[in-house]
Amino acid sequence: MALSVDIEKSLGDFSLDVSFASDSPAETLALLGPSGCGKSMTLKCIAGLLRPDRGRIVLNDRVLFDSQAGVNLAPQRRRVGYLFQQYALFPHMSVEQNVVCGATGATSADRSERAAAQIRAMHLEGLERRRPSELSGGQQQRCAMARILAGSPELLLLDEPFSALDGYLRWQLELELTDVLKTFPGGTVYVSHNRDEVYRMCDTVCVLSHGRSDPRVSVHELFERPSSLAAALISGCKNISAATTIGEGLLDCSDWGVTLRTSLPVGEGVTHVGVRAHYFSVGGEENVIPCSVDRVIDSTFSSIVMARTPGGALLRYELPKEEWAALGEPARVTLSVDPSCVMPLSDGDAR
Amino acid sequence: MDWYPLLNSLRIAAISTIVVYLLGVWLANVVAHSPRIVKGVLDVVLTLPLVLPPTVVGYLLLRVLGPKRIIGLWFLQTFGIKLTMTWYSAIFATVVVSFPLMYRTARGAFEAFDETLADAGRTLGKSNLWVFWRVKMPCCRQGIIAGAVLAFARALGEYGATAMIAGYTPGVTATVSTTVYQLWRTGDDAGAFQWVLVNLAISAVVLLAMNFFEQRSRTQRRGA
Repeated sequence: MALSVDIEKSLGDFSLDVSFASDSPAETLALLGPSGCGKSMTLKCIAGLLRPDRGRIVLNDRVLFDSQAGVNLAPQRRRVGYLFQQYALFPHMSVEQNVVCGATGATSADRSERAAAQIRAMHLEGLERRRPSELSGGQQQRCAMARILAGSPELLLLDEPFSALDGYLRWQLELELTDVLKTFPGGTVYVSHNRDEVYRMCDTVCVLSHGRSDPRVSVHELFERPSSLAAALISGCKNISAATTIGEGLLDCSDWGVTLRTSLPVGEGVTHVGVRAHYFSVGGEENVIPCSVDRVIDSTFSSIVMARTPGGALLRYELPKEEWAALGEPARVTLSVDPSCVMPLSDGDAR
Repeated sequence: MDWYPLLNSLRIAAISTIVVYLLGVWLANVVAHSPRIVKGVLDVVLTLPLVLPPTVVGYLLLRVLGPKRIIGLWFLQTFGIKLTMTWYSAIFATVVVSFPLMYRTARGAFEAFDETLADAGRTLGKSNLWVFWRVKMPCCRQGIIAGAVLAFARALGEYGATAMIAGYTPGVTATVSTTVYQLWRTGDDAGAFQWVLVNLAISAVVLLAMNFFEQRSRTQRRGA
């Protein structure tokens, strides 16, 4: 077990209650959730910048925090590298001085040497004398990573590393950071609200909503089979209806006014059902939903059909533009969905 | 011309600025990290000398430092030191009067400081003391220098409280501002005017120095 976190903290109206653990030492675990769900707060608790009210944090068999045993290591002694959203480079120091600040070593010569090695590894040669304000966004991030890695931490905490950037640069940095994470021997906790980023960069994911955590699952599992309402929403599921179980694998979807069959396991406490916008097809025999076309939105590479269901709620169906054109843009359309794509969901917040 | 008042004023202002710098930075940091209610109360108490008439400050200082009052008596009996009517008595007055200027500018700088920089320092293994002196203070330098210069200028020009606690003894407690008053009162208009010119010159130099520091740290921030 590399990292295990099980903490509670309340701050004003907000209460945090998260628990997750990674089992391989080099795992990249994502905390995925909308802003204000407690992601950054969790990172601060792991780093020792915030003190949880109760619980336990263990990193590679070192107890960082244990409220019962009265253990609360200072942030200085946790050996955790924290990449802040805006990188938190010291503005009055040069790139080199910043990186030396993070370097560990017995003598100052050792530290300079380690810093120089990281500056090379992060392709910052020639920029040693610059101030952070004279660097591009990407260089700033590399400088912050060099500063963190110079201290050889056991765990990396990345707080929305690309939130300060946009478009093309963001993609470049994502590629670079992926390489860094590949060579980093320790584990990583990656905080993000962007499902695509998490899917590309992380091994496992733990969905957070309103300060509560879902069980940790692999990223593939989250996207193919989210089990909670929060997980379905954050993983980008556009069609969700309230649902009740009325038989073996049969769900009555009240918002849509239909009964759908699912081949996925239906657990206790299923309150909703979700179907991704790409998973419908036109026609078909099973799980049929007769709809009227409410409107069609022309998007970048696809047509988005908003279809009115018998229950009154709208369904969002996305398909390539040519396919929709080939259908002759009908006023009524009968959608169907494969039972393997009907996802039973439980409302995690009602726990 | 006897330059004693100028030397006396400068040493009083210098010592007082050092004391006010340390006290002001320390208390500004304490208040900036205090819970809301404590902050409100402390802020009023620490800023009060800024709005009180200096004569009120002088009166209150005499109430505690006078030779027959608690602290004054204790010092007199224990060390045989008189706290009033000596050259250094004015330091008490200037410290109290100039303190709010240092404290308020430093507090403003600390409150504008991005605490994630301190958090970054701590997760990198640096001690809280290192973070304070090597990150927080340099980042807040502009405000702290401005506060110190203002406090120095205020200490140099202090009259009311100084006159009450140190009085005017030529060659002993005389400062530039008390000398101006004394010479004018005794009808030495030309002598008073000389000291007025000295005072104007010092004030101009102080303000020039302040602008210079401000400009320099602005260009440094932009990068070398």
